Amino acid sequence: MVAAMNLEKVVFGFFIMLAATLNFGFFVGDIENPAHHDVYELFAALVVSMIATLLKLGDRTQIGAVHLATSLVADLQLLAASMVWGYASHVSAGGLDPEMTARIVSLSGGALFANIVSVVILISETILQRR
Amino acid sequence: MLRSAMRHQSVFFLVLRRMRMPLILLVTSMAISVLGLTLVPGIGEDGEPRRLGFFEAFYFVSYTATTIGFGEVPYSFSPQQRLWVIITIYLSVVGWTYTLGTLIGLLSDRNLRHAFALERFARAVRHLREPFYLVCGYGETGRLICRALDQMGRRAVVVEIDETRMAEIDLHEHRADIPAVCADAGRPEILRLAGLIHRDCAGVIALTNDDHTNLAIAISARLLATHVPALCRAERREVAANMASFGTRHIINPFERFGETLGLALRTPSAWMLLRWLTGFRYSRHTTDSVPPRGRWIVCGHGRFAAGLIDVMDDEALEITIIDPDPPDEIDHRWVVGDATGEVTLLRAGVREADGIIAGTNSDLDNLSIVVTARELNPALFVIARQNRYANRDLFTVLNAEISVVPSEVIANECLSILATPLFLPFKLAVRAASEPWCAHQLDRLTRLIGEERPDIWGVTIDAAQAEALTRWLAEGREVRIGDLLLAPARRDSALRCAVLYLKRADGEALLVPADDTPLRRGDELLLASAAGCRSELELSMANEHTLTYVLTGEEVAGGRLWQMLGGKRKTLAADRR
Repeated sequence: MVAAMNLEKVVFGFFIMLAATLNFGFFVGDIENPAHHDVYELFAALVVSMIATLLKLGDRTQIGAVHLATSLVADLQLLAASMVWGYASHVSAGGLDPEMTARIVSLSGGALFANIVSVVILISETILQRR
Repeated sequence: MLRSAMRHQSVFFLVLRRMRMPLILLVTSMAISVLGLTLVPGIGEDGEPRRLGFFEAFYFVSYTATTIGFGEVPYSFSPQQRLWVIITIYLSVVGWTYTLGTLIGLLSDRNLRHAFALERFARAVRHLREPFYLVCGYGETGRLICRALDQMGRRAVVVEIDETRMAEIDLHEHRADIPAVCADAGRPEILRLAGLIHRDCAGVIALTNDDHTNLAIAISARLLATHVPALCRAERREVAANMASFGTRHIINPFERFGETLGLALRTPSAWMLLRWLTGFRYSRHTTDSVPPRGRWIVCGHGRFAAGLIDVMDDEALEITIIDPDPPDEIDHRWVVGDATGEVTLLRAGVREADGIIAGTNSDLDNLSIVVTARELNPALFVIARQNRYANRDLFTVLNAEISVVPSEVIANECLSILATPLFLPFKLAVRAASEPWCAHQLDRLTRLIGEERPDIWGVTIDAAQAEALTRWLAEGREVRIGDLLLAPARRDSALRCAVLYLKRADGEALLVPADDTPLRRGDELLLASAAGCRSELELSMANEHTLTYVLTGEEVAGGRLWQMLGGKRKTLAADRR
């Protein structure tokens, strides 16, 4: 049986994909070079990731639980990255130097991994449902 | 346990699911506000164009949205920024209000609160680590039973469907906490949460007003927890028969119980008086008019209560006149159609010539009125009054009927005697079957020994836990007769005001009021009646080696080892001299 397309699933898939793509966009580039990593993209990745998490709330299935867990991991990593950014650009004396940039980007790299897992789960879930 | 954990999670997920939309809106509105604030141009201290960073923007939006409002930091805002801040304020305030409103609405939601209460209850029951009774229905009977269980130091768990009655549990003072929940006890999953399959569940007591709920509880108990004894109230005969059909251990029909009691009173008055004295009425050997007379009776009302009594009285071939406004089609007794509270109706029923009257309607006020009117017409009447509501007991006390029947008390007493002194039931059955002269003799003997006040009824098993010294004594092969044991531990030449009513051997043999020379054996279960204070003395004799030795032999054994050695030496010296 082919599952009917519904808006809820479109929105859900959209946010998960968007969280992953934004995260990837922020992550690519020279790890130590602040010019390669736009803070707006980090902000967008964090917000979209949080919305994706909230969309997964309240799903009682096993796969829903895994979804929520990976999403929370991504949130946590991005939140940590943002906090390091805030510290680097406003508190630390050295400003946004290569060392700090490397920290921020590697944290977002961890979030990217979680987001990729989310996407894999989404796809495999879809494939399983089609059967 | 797994099921209950799942229930808890489902509540948690329900909250999350309902909070999903408000939280998404909140995050979105905050994100838009912060993003906008970082994009709108502003002016720095030195007049240079400057924008707020994410850090500052987030800081500003956080305190503005939560209406804390520290002002414009780090610099005074430009008109463009102020324009955006206006939008931000309305956007975020709406977001916060919506979120908080949903959360508060959710927490005050009836279903959710009920789910939380059920969960708390289930957890409290799960963590009980001592035997407890599951009481279904906290009406008058349930209240009496819970209070008595509490006084006996036993735990109870209550399931009650009515919220106002539930609230009363907290008002009544109990020594131990009673976990209670407002739910339908007829549902098996509720019983399960209430600990039906808990390993410490000592019994289920079904006392709800609804016979079918009680039936449902009986079935659940039978199927889910076979080993747990169930005590069930049943007021209709067909329900009682149904319960009996699948092996419910104790079925209590208050009306039938009283019918049996009245039958006993008419047939063997001494047995009735004996049981009445043992279950809490003062016995007085000088007044004999408290036995229902075998004569002409007037029965007011024709409900379940009266119908049961009429059957009993028919068996005893008494002359009955029934007063009731609507007689059935087939009349097999003398009927007076009318309202029994009226003088005319009572006179027509022949109240002046009658010996007794039963005020058995289901209205307490009618019953009071009937008794007062009837007594004015014939002061010598023997009065049996039915008191439907326990709350009216003050009125009935003043009325001072020869017998007051309170269904809730009948059930509560029966339940408690089954729970506290399981041997009382076989004892009662044996007494019912006994002859009048035997009962009269026992009544006279026991009341002379123990006194006319209500005796203390209790049970004891002769084992290491309850009668340590006696068990050891018997294990050594020495013989102990009942009469030897029932002596005062302070002066063994006087008998304890205490008697064995019933003895059940480990092999199933049972003796009704065993004679004084009956030997005791290990594993015997005894039902005893004693005057106030004698229980602790007998318990001391059975548990303490020295006291037991003195009571049985008259030898004073010295307490410590040293004294025992000295005592032994002195005894041998005494033997030498002899």
